[in-house]
Parts: sequence; C-alpha cells; structure tokens
Amino acid sequence: MLGFLARRLLLAIPTLLGVAVITFLILRVLPGDIVEVKLRADGGTVTQEMVQNERVRLGLDKPVVSQFADWMRGLATFDLGNSMWTGRPVTQEIGIRLALSAQLAVMATIVALLLAVPLGTLSALARGTWIDGAIRLFTVAGLAVPSFWLGMLIIMGLLAFNAMPPLVFKPFFDDPWSNLRQLFWPALAIGYRYAAVVARMIRSSIIDVMGEDFIRTARAKGLPERVVVGRHGLRNAMLPSITVIGLEFAFLFGGLAVTEQVFNLNGIGKLFVQAVTQRDFVLIQTIVMMSATIFVIMNLIVDLLYAALDPRLRVR
Amino acid sequence: MMADLHPLRAFAKSQPLGAAALAFLVLFLLLAIFAERIAPYDPLEVDFAAMLSAPTREHWFGTDAFGRDIFSRLIYGARTALGIGILASGIGCSLGSIIGVASAYFGGRVDLIVQRLVDMMLAFPIVVLALVVAASLGRMPVLGIDLNLVVAIAIPIVPKVARVVRSAALGVRAMAYIDAARTAGFSDSRIVMRHMIPNVMGPVLVLATAYVAQAILLESALSFLGLGVTEPTPAWGLMLAGNATDFYREAPWVVIFPGLAVTLVVLAFNTLGDALRDYLDPKLET
Repeated sequence: MLGFLARRLLLAIPTLLGVAVITFLILRVLPGDIVEVKLRADGGTVTQEMVQNERVRLGLDKPVVSQFADWMRGLATFDLGNSMWTGRPVTQEIGIRLALSAQLAVMATIVALLLAVPLGTLSALARGTWIDGAIRLFTVAGLAVPSFWLGMLIIMGLLAFNAMPPLVFKPFFDDPWSNLRQLFWPALAIGYRYAAVVARMIRSSIIDVMGEDFIRTARAKGLPERVVVGRHGLRNAMLPSITVIGLEFAFLFGGLAVTEQVFNLNGIGKLFVQAVTQRDFVLIQTIVMMSATIFVIMNLIVDLLYAALDPRLRVR
Repeated sequence: MMADLHPLRAFAKSQPLGAAALAFLVLFLLLAIFAERIAPYDPLEVDFAAMLSAPTREHWFGTDAFGRDIFSRLIYGARTALGIGILASGIGCSLGSIIGVASAYFGGRVDLIVQRLVDMMLAFPIVVLALVVAASLGRMPVLGIDLNLVVAIAIPIVPKVARVVRSAALGVRAMAYIDAARTAGFSDSRIVMRHMIPNVMGPVLVLATAYVAQAILLESALSFLGLGVTEPTPAWGLMLAGNATDFYREAPWVVIFPGLAVTLVVLAFNTLGDALRDYLDPKLET
C-alpha cells in the first residue's frame, strides 16, 4: 500500500509541473499586463517611465525563463509571492477567504450526496416507472440549469418569502446557526448540478451491476431482495460513482467562482475572478496551482478508495 | 424495415424525445438566423419611457432597465449562444478527435506524451481554464462573434474529447482493414483521416452534441462574470450580469427569461445527445 502511494505521489509531480508551465505560458501571452490596468485605475496621466518603474518593481522586466524559475523556487519553498494588485502576500489573500470556500464546497458535496444517493438508487430500482421518469427529469434539468441562475432564483424565492439569509459572513465556530443559514443556499445552488451528475452515475452503475451473474446467484440462493440490493448491488455500484464524486469535487471550484459572485460571498472563487479581471498574475497562478493540486489529490484519494474497496486492484 | 425509412424518420421513431429536442433546437436555430425578421424590436433600442415594463402585449417578456425589449434580446441572444456554442464545440471536438485518433494510431512514445499532456489539461477545472484563456486572448470579433472567446471555450473541450476518442480509436486500430491499408502502403495521414476518423465519427457526433450544451453553459457563465460576451451584444449570460440583480423584487422577468432560455437550449442539446447515443449504439441503452 505504501509503495502504491509513493508511486502515485511521484507521478503527480510531472502533472503539476506541466500545469505550472501551461498556466505560466497562457498568462504570459496576455497582451495588456497588470501595470497598465493598474496605473489607469489610479487615474491621472501615465508616462512611459512610470510603466517601466512599476514593471521593474513587480519583476516583469526580467526574461520569462527567469520569472518562471523565480516562481518555481518560490513554490518549492512555499513563498508564493505578493499579489500584484494589493501587494499583500497571496497566501494571506487566499487564507482569509479559504474557510468560506472550503466550507461551501463541503456543504455542496453533502447536499449533493444526500440528494444523489437515494435518488440514483430509487431511479435504478424503479427503472421504467413514473418515479424513474420524474427523477431522471430532475437530474437532466440539473445538468442544464446554470448554477448562477439557480442562485438568483433562490434569492428571488427567499425575498418573496421574506426569508433573506444573513448577509454578513460569520465563521462557523463564531455563530454556527447564522453561518449555516447563510451558506446553505449557495451550497444548494452549487450542489444541484453535482447531485445530478452523481445520481445519473449511480443509476446507470446500479443497473449495470444488477444485470451481473452474481446478482442472479444471490437471488437464486434465496437471499432477501434487501440483502441482494444492499450488499451485492449497491456496494459494487459505488465504485464507479466514487470516481465521479471525487472528480466533480475537484471541479467544484468552477461552481464557486460563479456562485460566490451571485451570493456576494468573499471567497476564493470571487477572488479568482477578480484576479483574472485585474490581470494579477501571481494571484491567478497561485489559485490555478491550488485547484490543480486539489484535483491531483482527489484523484489520489479516489485511487486509494478503489484499492481499499476492491481487493483485486491491490495486487498490482 | 428500418432501412427504407428516411434516417430522420427512423430516428424520430426510435427516439421520440430526441426528435422533439431536435425540433426545438431547429426552431431556435431559425430564430437565431432570422432574428432581424422575427424580433419585434431592435435589441439595442433604448426606450426610457418603457423602463422595466412588465410583460405586456407590446413587450411579451417585459423590458430591462434601459427599456430594451427582452423578447428581442433573447432572440438575438440565441444567435450569440448557438453561434459560439456550435463553433466552440465543433473546433474542440475536431481538434480533440484528431489528437485522440493520432495518439491511438501512432501509439508508443507519441501516445505516452500526448496522454500526459491530456492529463495536465484535465487537471484544470474548465471554468478556470476558459477564464484564464478568455482574459489573456483579448477580443477578436468576426461577424459579431468573438473568435477568441470561442477558442477559450473550445480549449477545455479538446482534452476531454481526445481521451474518449483515443479509446474508441484503439478499437478501430485493431481492425484488419487498418492493417490492410498499411500493407497497401497508404500514408499515415491518409489512414488517420480516411480510415480511422470516419470510423470514430459516431461517438464524436454524440460528444459534439453534448459539448454544444457545455459550451453554451460556459459562455453564459463567462459572460455573466464579465469575461465573455460584452455589451452591447445581446447574450443570455450577459443579460443576467451587472444590475440584473437589483431588480429581483421589482422586475423578476429580467432574471427569469434569459436563464430559462439557457436552461431549455442546454436541456435540448443534452437530450438530443443522449438520444443520438442510444440510437447509434443500442447496446448502451440506459
């Protein structure tokens, strides 16, 4: 098991390095750099000299290769640099927003799983009935509704019922009730799509598994249907679903970027959109690396879970 | 029996839901193409006398904060959404297919390198990748469509398609007719373009339909965030951006209709994609 883990961790390094190179290259093709955007925002006339000074201060005058080398050296020593816009360390900018976004992602996952597991199972077992039809409609719609629009509809609904959640973010440990009331709705807006993807996967893998020989054997030896479905059906169907759950979790970040905007939450997603708009290279590349790292880690966790749940895979 | 039916009729017969989705999309396509004839108002025409008018006989879906007719803006928005969606999916799926097929055909080191690159691209959440690319490319409008935005939306599609097409192509590569073509001395590019690609077109068609839906969703999200389509071009996501949120109470129609348009079109493309998959490969029936 340890050897497996070590090998997978080693394999992650070239992937992350590649992500770093791609991110860096995309960012450096950027025609207008931050200096112009920033100086214009301050107002007044912008002289060539001012632009040059600012570029030197931010290290943008150095050759691209040495800029990349600086960044890599920084990554290795966990010195991620300062935001080009505010001048504060990016770790600080991200740190103050991390709790909110992480909590939102976890809550969205809980919402998604609470919806997806029962719905997907029910849909598969009631295949072909109106229940299946209704659940499939619900999940197909989940793939089509833009999460930001769903968020807006939720806010409109809350306004109509005069049930606006708190507008000021309170950390969970300061005021759990206010915190949950505020974050439940954005978590629902993000989680719906997630639930739809997972429920569809669970449905189709249960249908696949229920057609297997060992299910017929289980039935033939007279096991009650509850045990056939529960122990033999669901457990085997969970394997492919775990992959989807893990990968979708890694991609929740996209949902955060949009939904935090709608609910006006000061999280990483909103910070990222702001960084992209302002061309804040340092902040953009840090957040992109962060999301790629989460992806790699989720992949690893999925593989480990697979190995834990399916003994056949442990041999290799 | 099936063979003498027109292919469309055969499709409609076995996949009625998919056919309904197709009909719905054709309707939207016609709206988009003939927007000038159909839209009752100029989508950019500002009318301060009719600001935030509720849906009336004059303005079916009401007007926005500038008094612009929402129904007309939706029709022109269909042009933006379908144009960008179809173009981005087309570009992404074509590139992805070529890369996937080539990777499977050449195998060995080429395959290994291409697959590592694909792995890296897949480590980006699509919104993140599209946002960064969209912001870094600037704008390049051609015939009212921002080509750079199309590229930004197409790029995240490429690795996903390449991955799926590669595994389909591995199956095709094992076929005897590929060996025969190679023995006959055909060039690699001829074998890839003439023998491999046509034989993976089925799954690609299904993917392309599904990715039009993805592309439209992504475009609406980028436009909503202010990094996609920009004013004054009418676009569904853009109609929800900015001050749309100020009118939740007073003018819900400003929010409801554009989102509904995105949802319905995406739903239709997804339904069509599912139906095509079931139709082309009945084995996979869900």
